[in-house]
Amino acid sequence: MTSELHKYSRRQFLQTSAEVGGGVMIGFFLPGLSRAASPDADTATATFRPNAFIRIAANDEITLIVGMAEMGQGVLTSLPQLLAEELEADWHRVRVEQAPVDPAYNNPMFGMQGTGGSTSVRAFWEPLRRAGATAREMLITAAADTWGVNRGTCVAREGFIHHSSGKKLSYGQLAGRAASVAVAQDAPLKNPKDFKILGKSLPRLDSPAKVNGSARFGMDVRTDGLLTAVIAHAPVIGAKVVSFDATRAKAVAGVKHIVQIDSGVAVVANGYWAAKTARDALDVKWDLDAKPELTSKAIREAMLTRLDTPGVLARNEGDVASAQSATTLESTYEAPYLAHACMEPMNCTASVTANGIDIWAPTQASGVNRAVIAKLTGVSPERVNVTTTLLGGGFGRRFAQDFVIAAVQISKAVSQPVQVIYTREDDIRGQFYRPASVVRLRGGIDGAGQPVFLDSRVACSSVSQAGGFPLKNGLDEAAVEGLSEWPYATPHVHVEWAPYEPGVSVWFWRSVGNSQNAFFAESFIDEMAHAAKKDPFEYRRTLLSNHPRHRAVLELAAERAGWHKSLPAGRARGIAVCESFGSFVAEVVEASLQADGAPRVHRVVCAIDCGMAVNPGIIRRQVQSAVIFGLSAALHGEITLKDGRVEQKNFDDYPVVRMNEAPPIEVHIVPSTEKPGGVGEPGTPPIAPALANALFALTGKRVRRLPLRAEELRTT
Amino acid sequence: MITINVNGQSLSVDVPPDTPLLWVLRDTLGLTGTKFACGQALCGACTVHLNGTATRSCVLPISAVQGGKVTTIEGLSAHSDHPVQRAWLQHDVPQCGYCQSGQIMSAAALLTQNKNPSDADIDAAMSGNICRCGTYNDIRAAIHTAAGLLKKRV
Ligand code: FES
Ligand code: FES
Repeated sequence: MTSELHKYSRRQFLQTSAEVGGGVMIGFFLPGLSRAASPDADTATATFRPNAFIRIAANDEITLIVGMAEMGQGVLTSLPQLLAEELEADWHRVRVEQAPVDPAYNNPMFGMQGTGGSTSVRAFWEPLRRAGATAREMLITAAADTWGVNRGTCVAREGFIHHSSGKKLSYGQLAGRAASVAVAQDAPLKNPKDFKILGKSLPRLDSPAKVNGSARFGMDVRTDGLLTAVIAHAPVIGAKVVSFDATRAKAVAGVKHIVQIDSGVAVVANGYWAAKTARDALDVKWDLDAKPELTSKAIREAMLTRLDTPGVLARNEGDVASAQSATTLESTYEAPYLAHACMEPMNCTASVTANGIDIWAPTQASGVNRAVIAKLTGVSPERVNVTTTLLGGGFGRRFAQDFVIAAVQISKAVSQPVQVIYTREDDIRGQFYRPASVVRLRGGIDGAGQPVFLDSRVACSSVSQAGGFPLKNGLDEAAVEGLSEWPYATPHVHVEWAPYEPGVSVWFWRSVGNSQNAFFAESFIDEMAHAAKKDPFEYRRTLLSNHPRHRAVLELAAERAGWHKSLPAGRARGIAVCESFGSFVAEVVEASLQADGAPRVHRVVCAIDCGMAVNPGIIRRQVQSAVIFGLSAALHGEITLKDGRVEQKNFDDYPVVRMNEAPPIEVHIVPSTEKPGGVGEPGTPPIAPALANALFALTGKRVRRLPLRAEELRTT
Repeated sequence: MITINVNGQSLSVDVPPDTPLLWVLRDTLGLTGTKFACGQALCGACTVHLNGTATRSCVLPISAVQGGKVTTIEGLSAHSDHPVQRAWLQHDVPQCGYCQSGQIMSAAALLTQNKNPSDADIDAAMSGNICRCGTYNDIRAAIHTAAGLLKKRV
């Protein structure tokens, strides 16, 4: 985790873009936000491009370039805020452009161009402010040179350099000269107390295009001669095509090609409807070996058995084996596989020609796409161009490569541009699931109710290995994150991960391991509080004296929720707190039970400490978003398998929270001058345990298995 | 040939009669503002107005639209200034934005039938529209704002 300065001189940048795109950087222009910029060649002498993120044209057009993908989290607004603040740009006049794939835009926390892990603002917090400051200092030099005055008599403000005499020059007027001054070294960053753009709830720059239908998502890409492909995917995990009969499929009007690719058989047609109709008419023979071991019940039993043998050590403090406690608790918790169900089903457009490969994708990982496709096809990476479109949700799913590989393989096979579209059923059954996980927790408290030890073993698959990230001494931290950090004062703590790989592909899902482990940990501390006969909020609070940021959000959420105030009969509150992605979030849920035993959430109060708040309005919305996402999982989310087949298919049997189930969600942001933490994910982990804890307070029933089922809660 | 009226324009399209309206809009007419997300009338992303009523275009065969008047997000207003769109911007509702065309079309249809919807009315009218980004609190607030804007306009 480093926010190391991302130094990129203009010379390096121009070299890179020359290698990559013939010297002209052509971005993806967001309709509704901007007009296409004039090609560089026309204004070669007057364009100031101090680095990969800023372009200032003689006509005063200031373009801020964003290398991260916009999937709803607001990077097309928050990252420009970082640049514009230091650049002293006029916010109302900047335009924003999505960057092409280029190492200049590598995420410093990943070493590649990829968006995820709630890293965007954290990773670019310093590099983008430096980029803005560097440009500002060069513009000041250009103005001072123009006027023949001392730099110290010039200041930058809202798109102009002002001289103490009252004269001024716009950034556009200075662009030509600034382009020839030496790159400023160690440009100073502004004092946060002088921030005018950073820290403000500025409206999102992408909203206008998103309310009138002009915003372009992956599925909205249109190119000349574009065909649509729909794939017949394996109905059983791991099944391979034996043969297929395309007679009926070929009879569908508009069908052009039927080709076999790695992931199945693709029907390529004029438009989606013909492709989908023909796909459904395909007769594919698969090698359907019986796979009774890939049945949810069998997987669950095997995971529970796995808990009986030791795993990889994740944390060890004190000596759990010799710890003496007055009361010992033991519980097993379970969480299921989950699909992401992004609103925009997976899709990708590709055009494979003799000159290279063009890819347009709603992708979280354009840098990885380029590398993977280059390797797959043998085409050199510089000739694999990836254009990141807007993403209709990401949640980790769009870090995967399956839809990009499919589009490239199909386009290559038919020698035409192709847009592959997953049906919702393909998407839900697409096998990139949040790992199912089980944990055995043992906890001891002394006579006064204080924790003495926590002993735990988690069994689940490795999401890091699935994503190609190395394990650390055999440990996948993602398997235990959210539990291994156990912040409560406890002399003896032991956390282990028992790897278990049943053969189901797992993947990163919003908040990753925290999404299930916070449920385990924050339910269990509630159990300990109950055994100690203490109020669950007060119990946590006293045990967090060495964790002031946890404690502060816990107190703020409890206070704003009116924790100690009474509620109408039939309602109760629960609380949970979790640190993840460098931020701290506490949530208080107010819940009741409906007649059939199904939980109902009436109100959620959140407190977040994410360090310095770059855009409080976006932070508030991201926390609300993360809460709804986690609530969908807590109330409904479950992917199950039967003999290797996924049993869910669409929003009818994989339900998510809708308007009628969405509670009012209040978000309180702790004022902070710390470096920014992540924002997209940290709101998700606390919601399931806060709800389960509320239901325990209400019913006395401790539900230890997600989703929270009515039949486990019904009182009659 | 099937004749339909889309956003005030009369058009003839040559597609199989079972083709859902959604794909005629997106693939034949190039109106990509209307979105595909479930294809089974389960999520509302493809909502358009058919003769003023909010309709799921992903399951509506084009043959059933013959002669009907279709309004899509692109035709809701001339300058993106329908009260619902203005309220949406005021509340900065969209996150990823993918569901929002459908949300806006459902909300606009609700407000033509019910000038002053209660929270329960909003639940009833809007629960067919999924937002995976969970913008529900902002959608609710924006609908109340839009109702206010509409009143001022009268
Ligand atoms: S795409 Fe039509 S309702 Fe979901
Ligand atoms: S804004 Fe992303 S699905 Fe609604």
